[in-house]
Amino acid sequence: MVDILNSLTLLTNYIIIPGLTYGSQLALGALGITMVYAVLRFSNFAHGELMSFGAMSTILITWLFQSYGLTFGFLPTALLAIPFAATITILYCLATNSLVYEYYREKKIDPTTYLIISVGVLFFTAGLIRFIIGPDDRKFNDGNRFILKAREFKELTGLNEGLAIKTTQGITIGITICLVILLFWFLNRTRTGKSMRAYSDNEDLALLSGINPKKVVIITWVITGILATVAGALYGLDKSYKPFIYMYLVLPVFASAILGGVGNPIGAIVGGYVIAFSELIFTFAYKKVAGYLLPESLAPTGLIQFLSTDYKIAVSFVILVIVLLVKPTGIFSGKTI
Amino acid sequence: MKKILLATAASIVLTSNVFAGSHSKVNIGIILGFTGPIEALTGDMAAGAELAISEMNEAGNFEFGEVSSVRADSTCIDAAAATAAAERLITADKVNAIVGGDCSGVTTAMLENVAVANGTVMISPSATSPALSTVPDDGLFFRTAPSDARQGQVVADILMDNGYKSIALTYSNSDYGKGLADSIDSNFKAAGGTVTLKAAHEDGKGDYGAEVAAMAQAGGDILVVAGYLNDGGKGMIEASLDTGAFDTFYLPDGMIGDSLPKDIGPDLDGSIGDVPGTDSPGASKFADLASEAGFNGSGPFSPESYDAAALIMLSMQAAGSTNSSDFKGHVMDVANAPGVQIFPGQLAEGIALIKAGYDIDYVGASAVELIGPGESAGNYREILVKGGENTTVRFR
Repeated sequence: MVDILNSLTLLTNYIIIPGLTYGSQLALGALGITMVYAVLRFSNFAHGELMSFGAMSTILITWLFQSYGLTFGFLPTALLAIPFAATITILYCLATNSLVYEYYREKKIDPTTYLIISVGVLFFTAGLIRFIIGPDDRKFNDGNRFILKAREFKELTGLNEGLAIKTTQGITIGITICLVILLFWFLNRTRTGKSMRAYSDNEDLALLSGINPKKVVIITWVITGILATVAGALYGLDKSYKPFIYMYLVLPVFASAILGGVGNPIGAIVGGYVIAFSELIFTFAYKKVAGYLLPESLAPTGLIQFLSTDYKIAVSFVILVIVLLVKPTGIFSGKTI
Repeated sequence: MKKILLATAASIVLTSNVFAGSHSKVNIGIILGFTGPIEALTGDMAAGAELAISEMNEAGNFEFGEVSSVRADSTCIDAAAATAAAERLITADKVNAIVGGDCSGVTTAMLENVAVANGTVMISPSATSPALSTVPDDGLFFRTAPSDARQGQVVADILMDNGYKSIALTYSNSDYGKGLADSIDSNFKAAGGTVTLKAAHEDGKGDYGAEVAAMAQAGGDILVVAGYLNDGGKGMIEASLDTGAFDTFYLPDGMIGDSLPKDIGPDLDGSIGDVPGTDSPGASKFADLASEAGFNGSGPFSPESYDAAALIMLSMQAAGSTNSSDFKGHVMDVANAPGVQIFPGQLAEGIALIKAGYDIDYVGASAVELIGPGESAGNYREILVKGGENTTVRFR
């Protein structure tokens, strides 16, 4: 019995909790991409940098608060800063929209050109971020670091294996759940949300029934800005903020969005968790788990690892390729291109 | 049209004359990773090399007059950027010799593509990969840092002496990390220890959870992190502490710097490590000179940088030429016995002795003794992290 508990603790500590956290971060990012895709009909490659921009704004405002001596008790000060940072990010989104995207939307340019334009915005934003905050690592996590420490858990339960839960992991999962519930309530219950869905479903019909496309586009960017800021800030809070990381993070985020069915919010969330867990499950070494569960004579000497951790990123793309081969619209049938 | 051409031609002649005018003095290039994974160290390293140069200029008895230095950024990891920077130093800044590079990968790239092609002497203060011992270098490459083949033995000794019999080993997926990890692996096994897992980590990632999970499953008394302190190495340590996978770490030279204990906090206390260093009188003399000049001279590779610059200038004097092909043969003579020992702050005496026809043995800040293909024999400082600082246990 103790052996089973030990192996469960191991799996929880190294797969379930990190997977839920990373999956939440991916899901929030993928939701942003899916929103833009559903309404504006293009793949926004600049979304990673938008997350970075949101995280940067959060850091700057956190520093401001800290200089006034304002903290949030045992929670990170950054949580207080996120609403303000989100406002800044929304303004930036709206600025890129009116300066860049709006012109091409009115011209009804094809999605491929739109995609390349977003790559241009990506590089501009990346440069802007380096200009403002520089390329260095930034740590902005204060408050209590742990909800549960590995050592405390061992003493509490008497098990061999420890279980650690970081405050940022708890916050990430909690905020993601709240935000997703809010988003679905907005899309399904409010008039504006319904008009967005209508516009996304059939642009011409929506226009005929008197929906103002400019308003829909602006609301989309507001939502995207909030999602990007929260996703970026949570990722930076949980790991550490490195500006150039987000350029790579956008790859698994895109994989999540496409895997779930791009344009479909439920798909984005499921995609995020599928990608996160598959990366962890395939690169985890099961030596100790097997050691606890199997009789001593069968205890393994090797690591029992499917893939070296070097191939972590590859896992998400292999899954993506398989899903696209079997079901080109993604798991939840998003819009096909 | 003719006039414009004539004017252009004339101005080219004029400007090239101006350039030629500046050639009479000696230029030394300092190419280190001022940005990138060891940027926390390179400030003090460059200051070390520049201290030797300013000391020489103040003394004023160097035969070739004023020495000036030019900094360039090797980035530590980007071979293309480093090669371009070295190319610029040699072709545009007309340097006579180079102090650098810092990390093994970029150093190899610069040596093979630029230094050998242009016949320029390169003395690296910190590239430690064993592979650099055998790279064909036309006798142009030296290092005041020891090869990691030696560090591997020291690491194995320190681990054994501290009672660690089983280690997990993670290394930065770079020339430095791989070379050092192989050396630690073979030496530690030869000493009777077990390596539960030897796996690479990539630098520049945000999340090292999966890498640490694999290390944790393999087990081991201590995690040896052969990486970089501003990059993946730090990430591995943070992720290990977060999940409770390991609580003590072994930190080789790339991980020793004041910033690491500060960033990680009290959790790093009790971890051990090593960094090239010596208790010879030269080290403390250099540390005094450095604090006068306003930088930390006991930081990693700062003494080695001073020595690299000093060796270049002393060898030039010994050869009576600032040409790399002339003075490359004198580096070993100047650095090794027999001769009068020269310590930091005594460069002027060294020059005077050479001028008077005496042999010198440059000891310098890091007890330089060049062996084999022109690399330091290697003295190490054993480190214990205590109270948020790297403290010295003893010298090996």
